[in-house]
Amino acid sequence: MSTVATTPLPTLTPKDLSSDQDVRWCPGCGDYSILAQMKKALAGLGIPREKFVFISGIGCSSRFPYYMNTYGFHTIHGRAPTFATGLKIARPDLSVWVITGDGDGLSIGGNHLIHAIRRNVDIKIILFNNEIYGLTKGQYSPTSRIGTRTKSSPQGSVENPLRPLSIAIGAEATFVARTLDVDVNHLTDTLRRAAFHKGAAFVEIYQNCKIFNDGVFEYATDKSVKADNTLYLEHGKPLIFGKDRNKGIRLKGLDPEVVTLGNGVAADDLLIHDEKAEEPSLAYLLSRMVYPRFPECFGVFRAVERPTYEALINKQVEDVIRAKGPGKLEELFASDDIWVVS
Amino acid sequence: MSSVARSVEESPSESHERGGPVRHRVEELDSVVVRFAGDSGDGMQLAGTQFTNASAIFGNDISTLPDFPAEIRAPAGTLAGVSGFQINFSSQDIYTPGDLVNTLVVMNPAALKTNLKDLEKGGLLIVNSDAFTFNDLRKADYATNPLEDGSLSAYRVIKVPINTLNREALKDIRLSPREVDRCKNFFALGLVYWLYERPLEPTLRWIREKFAKNPAILEANTRALKAGYNFGETTELFPVQYRVPKAHIKPGTYRKITGNEATALGLVTASILCNKTLIYCSYPITPASDILHALAEMRRYGVRTFQAEDEIAAVGAAIGASFGGALGVTGSSGPGLCLKSEAIGLAVMVELPLVVIDVQRGGPSTGLPTKTEQADLLQALFGRNGESPVAVVAPCSPADCFDMIIEAVRIALRFMTPVILLSDGYLGNGAEPWLIPDVNALPRIEISHPTKPNHDGQFMPYLRDERLVRQWALPGTPGLEHRIGGLEKEDVTGNVSYDPINHEKMVRIRAQKVANIANEIPPLSVNGPEEGDLLVIGWGGTFGSITTAVNRARRKGLKVASAHLRYLNPMPKNTGEVLRRYKRVLVPELNCGQLLLLLRGRYLVDAVGLNKIQGKPFLVSEIESEIYRLIGS
Ligand code: SF4
Repeated sequence: MSTVATTPLPTLTPKDLSSDQDVRWCPGCGDYSILAQMKKALAGLGIPREKFVFISGIGCSSRFPYYMNTYGFHTIHGRAPTFATGLKIARPDLSVWVITGDGDGLSIGGNHLIHAIRRNVDIKIILFNNEIYGLTKGQYSPTSRIGTRTKSSPQGSVENPLRPLSIAIGAEATFVARTLDVDVNHLTDTLRRAAFHKGAAFVEIYQNCKIFNDGVFEYATDKSVKADNTLYLEHGKPLIFGKDRNKGIRLKGLDPEVVTLGNGVAADDLLIHDEKAEEPSLAYLLSRMVYPRFPECFGVFRAVERPTYEALINKQVEDVIRAKGPGKLEELFASDDIWVVS
Repeated sequence: MSSVARSVEESPSESHERGGPVRHRVEELDSVVVRFAGDSGDGMQLAGTQFTNASAIFGNDISTLPDFPAEIRAPAGTLAGVSGFQINFSSQDIYTPGDLVNTLVVMNPAALKTNLKDLEKGGLLIVNSDAFTFNDLRKADYATNPLEDGSLSAYRVIKVPINTLNREALKDIRLSPREVDRCKNFFALGLVYWLYERPLEPTLRWIREKFAKNPAILEANTRALKAGYNFGETTELFPVQYRVPKAHIKPGTYRKITGNEATALGLVTASILCNKTLIYCSYPITPASDILHALAEMRRYGVRTFQAEDEIAAVGAAIGASFGGALGVTGSSGPGLCLKSEAIGLAVMVELPLVVIDVQRGGPSTGLPTKTEQADLLQALFGRNGESPVAVVAPCSPADCFDMIIEAVRIALRFMTPVILLSDGYLGNGAEPWLIPDVNALPRIEISHPTKPNHDGQFMPYLRDERLVRQWALPGTPGLEHRIGGLEKEDVTGNVSYDPINHEKMVRIRAQKVANIANEIPPLSVNGPEEGDLLVIGWGGTFGSITTAVNRARRKGLKVASAHLRYLNPMPKNTGEVLRRYKRVLVPELNCGQLLLLLRGRYLVDAVGLNKIQGKPFLVSEIESEIYRLIGS
């Protein structure tokens, strides 16, 4: 609850964005960091608090809206993008954020996710990927790796995992990024980039589930190994990674390969990241790079400009009203042939 | 089943203002008028005579008017060569062949030109579209093709390529092309037989006798008749039932309107009355898609349509739009309503306005997509998990869809609740005259949104007014930031609460809020005596047949009345009292007895059902016979 009548600009602090509700995630859950960085990212945007709306589905991550002192809507399993779409059509002035998880967004809600993305509705979809069902107490999810042992897969999951970013790119996403719960600065920056994108922004956050899938992203978070297992993307820069910054990604035919710089391999031979590429082939290729064969990429994979869904719809309305004038009910009623009974 | 064809059903006249149930006695015209018209060589007299005979054998009273061309051998295809045959057939005594034609069958442009003036506005016009070539049009003095220039928009035009279809049906019979074409009157006849459910047998018998010596012609005419009949059955071109829409009607300006058109117009009107943007979210489904089509054309009125990826997305987007302060509406048919149920439950929980349209069709599952049924009533009332009360309303005629969708919007906005409108395929596709309302006389829907905290400087999203309605605070309003969701709410604060006592309290509050709607709806009115031997009570599209049947029975001196529930949840406050004023209660429904279950359960009345589940509306005679069976005649 708030006692503030108006929100002064631009002095919003992360604390202004905290609701009075007790945060109920498990101690050590990666969600805490995401919540903290979200508040930090939003506070600096210059958008008044009342303009933010957080919409979620069902799952651990979907409790998120309750903890933000913004407008919020905790909806039903998998459907958050649909509510966000309707809201954004009605209210293009709002900054609408969808908080979802791997089960919510890719299993029960996969259909809505791809359609919200393909329409390029100006919403920010933040998918907390912990590769597990947490709230239902530990079943494998659509992103769980083959062999993941859970209560519902005691002998190991036999299902191919989905790659969330590949799905988003395949759905014609205009903004695609990946970040990590523990990399707080990168997380804040990525959320901010998403906020500034005009159109559907899809961000996958690797999030550690302390209770049911602890350490599943250790290869990307453990200080001793992460530099060799991760690659931070920078627009216009070659794909270089490794503790000694001496490894890179080169194209061999249509496939990427890891090469070591030196011995005749120069930075010029490497793939150059281009987040603005017209065709999403490079972004897709990067989204398919999976540990341990490859370092996994973080940062903005793709950021291109396209008209938003709600802008196009609203333009149709404005265009026809400009051309023909606003409609009058009397004319509408008489648009069919009429006759008079006296 | 009665032996009376459904086409003789009579409809009460529309002397009431905007399509609601009649509250006063009306004059009724219980007849249907069909006219066949074509070139004198097209065999129209034969068709008309056969139709007359079939109807007579079937058991109707009949009256006919042959219309021969002045010249026996006028040039083919000219205005002078047009021949027509009109028949009025009815289940009661009739004395004229009818003034206006309800259904006109024309075999060429000349027949159209000379007969169109007699076709009622909104009437059915069956056209042999194969006969509208440049030459045919020229012979009939048409400068442009009336099938394409919009001049027939006052009619329900059904274009049938009769020549082509007939040739196709007869293609392997050894007859000359000319002889084949001469059978097309039987194709047209077969088609109209299907439309009015005439028995084929009298005509088949006549063909057998007449052409006994010419097996090829016998076979050709038999096949043409059956092909026309089968075409009617398999095509989606025709409405399920023909209604006789007018006799003595109130003065004013009219247009024809289908239920789906009226629903669309009503939504646009409601959005203007409440000063909100209409956002109509829908996934294509028969028979509701026409509402989406109509609204997609109305961008000039500020309407936004959203064709969602599925039914769930459609309802989700509608709720999201409502959350943002727009008029969020979703429309579908029964299978779609199933898919929307979880989201409707959410709207119950978060107490946001939502209008859901269900244009019912035969079920369960995919069922009979193009046929009508009333079997979603209990789904609308109870088809969600938990105690999940919603308001339910149902129009009683195509034009009444206009009024009831406005009612649905009014209730949804004023009570912050989902409202389900139960239309059906019969109403949605059926057309009738609509007395165009005076826009300025329509009552506004007053809505307000809070701009300030409502409780000690804080905003309590679940603080309620005396009607138990919470405030509709819109995102973007400074200081009113709040969270809503599907988890149980604490009273007043809206915080998540698992407290058992609070849960029971909230369940009861939500139920009481919906019950309170009864304070703002009209009482149930009765057509006929205020008390008596029998009350026939229905809901939805059965209004016409029930009212007509009851009026007929009353003319025979029976103490019978009818009542029609346009508000199904909550029901009008006097419903129980009305039911108890009659010795017996009959509930005709196109389902297995859903309203019956509600009335018996809620009001402890020993009502009986009359149930038909054939994808078709009631014949008046079916209800009438049941009335006589119950209270004697
Ligand atoms: S179950 Fe896992 S994801 Fe859910 S709150 Fe606990 S640690 Fe976080």
